[in-house]
Amino acid sequence: MERKCGFLIPYLIMLIAEGMPLLYLELAVGQRMRQGSIGAWKIISPYLCGVGVASVVVSFFLSMYYNVINAWAFWYLFHSFQDPLPWATCPLNSNRTGYEEECEKTSSTQYFWYRQTLNISPSLEASGSVQWEQALCLTLAWLVVYLCILRGTASTGKVVYVTASLPYCVLIIYLIRGLTLHGAVNGLIYMFTPKLEQLSNPKTWISAATQIFFSLGLGFGSLIAFASYNEPTNNCQRHAIIVSLINSTTSIFASIVTFSIYGFKATFNYESCINKVILLLLNAFDLEEGSVTADNLNEMKDYLMATYPQEYAQLAPQIKNCSLEAELDTAVQGTGLAFIVYSEAIKNMEVPQLYSVLYFFMLLMLGIGSMLGNTAAILTPLTDSRAIASRFPKEVISGVVCFVNCIIGLIFTMEAGNYWFDIFNDYAATLSLLLIVLVETIAVCYIYGIRRFEKDLYTMIGCKPNWYWKTMWAFVSPLLIISLFIFYLTDYILTGTLQYQAWDATQGQLVTKDYPGYALAVIGLLVAASTMCIPLGALVTFIRKRLKRERISTVA
Amino acid sequence: MLSSASQMHRMLSKYGLVSKQLWEIMHLCHITKCVKAQRMGQSRISILEQLLAEIGMIPIAENHPQMMNNLLSTQYAWDANEEYLFKAMVAFAMRRYSSKSTTQISNVLLCNVTDRVSFWFVVTDSSKNVTTVPGSEVEAAIRMNRNRINNAFLLSDKTLQFLKITSTLSPPVEPSTPVWLIVFGVVLCLIVAGIVFLIISGIRKHKKKNKESTERENLEEKVEVTLENGIPCEALDIKAGHVNGVFAADDERFTSL
Repeated sequence: MERKCGFLIPYLIMLIAEGMPLLYLELAVGQRMRQGSIGAWKIISPYLCGVGVASVVVSFFLSMYYNVINAWAFWYLFHSFQDPLPWATCPLNSNRTGYEEECEKTSSTQYFWYRQTLNISPSLEASGSVQWEQALCLTLAWLVVYLCILRGTASTGKVVYVTASLPYCVLIIYLIRGLTLHGAVNGLIYMFTPKLEQLSNPKTWISAATQIFFSLGLGFGSLIAFASYNEPTNNCQRHAIIVSLINSTTSIFASIVTFSIYGFKATFNYESCINKVILLLLNAFDLEEGSVTADNLNEMKDYLMATYPQEYAQLAPQIKNCSLEAELDTAVQGTGLAFIVYSEAIKNMEVPQLYSVLYFFMLLMLGIGSMLGNTAAILTPLTDSRAIASRFPKEVISGVVCFVNCIIGLIFTMEAGNYWFDIFNDYAATLSLLLIVLVETIAVCYIYGIRRFEKDLYTMIGCKPNWYWKTMWAFVSPLLIISLFIFYLTDYILTGTLQYQAWDATQGQLVTKDYPGYALAVIGLLVAASTMCIPLGALVTFIRKRLKRERISTVA
Repeated sequence: MLSSASQMHRMLSKYGLVSKQLWEIMHLCHITKCVKAQRMGQSRISILEQLLAEIGMIPIAENHPQMMNNLLSTQYAWDANEEYLFKAMVAFAMRRYSSKSTTQISNVLLCNVTDRVSFWFVVTDSSKNVTTVPGSEVEAAIRMNRNRINNAFLLSDKTLQFLKITSTLSPPVEPSTPVWLIVFGVVLCLIVAGIVFLIISGIRKHKKKNKESTERENLEEKVEVTLENGIPCEALDIKAGHVNGVFAADDERFTSL
């Protein structure tokens, strides 16, 4: 969720250039072919069955690790029913003379996340054991998902009403609460001041594109799966435009809420830092209460440095330079930081339990909504295929899928689980999605034929796509995706080896380490497993056709 | 600092006070306090001289507890009345701790009050003529009654600080079963109940569908059975074919075989 304001411009450009056209494309394909991703691409061209399989594989990887986020949301939600919140204070050490050493070095929210939630190990190699609390929460998360997908898409459709509308209610509550917080304006100003040097950095554009892909759900196969249940005459063009606009408006709305809360947290930390410095000066120089305030702090510091140079020099290492900009600049990235930043902001509000419950409940709804889309992408091809669907009822298939994913997901509840989670999060979907969407666009435009597609759309909806859609599909989107690919690969080649952030308990902060060999192998496997499906599928179909032709020619 | 300390030692030995403990005071005292004494143009010697003059006795003390407080939140001015209250609280603490009611308010001496509201204080013992109460006793007494002292001044452990008396932190209250397990159990039961309900209703619907389909099959078989020579017997019964009563009655005329 990297949100800085220079981000709005690439985000909007990417939305218009690839978000909307590709969304329309996928919806139209699903609605026309009336099958899940595997069947739909087989119909377009038999050599493209690999694309559908690649989508299912990516969705499978995603469902393996994504539910762990829901498990964490459950964990925080269950812990929000205490007073005071468990992440508000540090626990005491064993002889009760002070706080836990690790907690002293970092903040109590980070300690709660790294030690009490994850119980993280110092590196990837030290796997540790499965944390039973996290395993319980993961099982619960999978049971909830199973409950929602049990009856198939019909029941999923009803659940989505709840999971999609509740977050809006909570967001509105948070918007009102956030904007009335002290210091929220600082965050909003930070969000809306454009940072032009970021626009020239290709990483901003890449993250904007990836963000669009993820938030719209392109390339996962879930859109095709859901669209295949639509009426054939459904106006998917209008739906595509409406959905992408609503999606972006929600993103901007959510970032306003995020940044106002972020500004509150930064202002709070900045003011505590200043108060600590003031107290230190007052105690050290025995000044009168109120003689040093936030306004005259700098003048007082200069005066004290001039009048008592020796004592000031002794104190100097303890006096920190507090800066609001530095607090705002601490990058907000990654799932862990989303939990840390928000829980830190919430613990400083009044009635923190209420806001905490609301926030984590909203996070849960969003997470479960995403999981439903993922599992639908996996289940629809399975239930479409006659071989499996005739033998086992729907409930059993969904049950098996959930069970297998839950067992695999226990890896992420181990002590080193968060590092594996980061591997999956960064590498399982990004490159593969780009490739899948690229192949999809090229397949529809050049293999199926854009005129044929136009005709299909005309029979379905009754109007032909205009020049905007056609140019985007045929030229702009493929070019954009190819350039993104090139950026990713050059970035990887330039940085050399891949690194990760490990938590060092002795220092109380993150340190960068290199991935060990087997982790690199897993990364390679993740990317290869989904991308290789496309050429492999084409190859298998080619071989099969060859064999059939030979058999026919020998028979004849 | 060392030179003033040795000067101090020499002066006290002049007063007949050779005290290893006093020597230790110089090293134990808070850095800024000693520095401040120099800065204010008063040497430590003169402070002690003041003390000695005030009480007319020669002190032997291990250390002087120092107090600092932060009045920012409570908004009352620190004046002589507050000092009196403080002396009263310390005397109260000493009485409670040693449970002899000989400590009077006049036994508590404050010195070196700064604008920051921090000062040193000593408790003297009027029963034994020459002594002040050892610092460790004073510390223990204050530790025991810290809560009362805090409340008297509407302050807390954070805002009223006694140097060298660290507050023990109270452990948080922990219920016997962690709260999160309880909530987890409730949610788990609800979800499992929902799943079981849906599965059972699904099975029942499946069975009903099966039963309906088998009933429909049975009905079709019955229809087949009653088709003979391509003509359903029901049709025969309804449409044509009156039963000829002659032949029916004739059965009796034929002899049975």
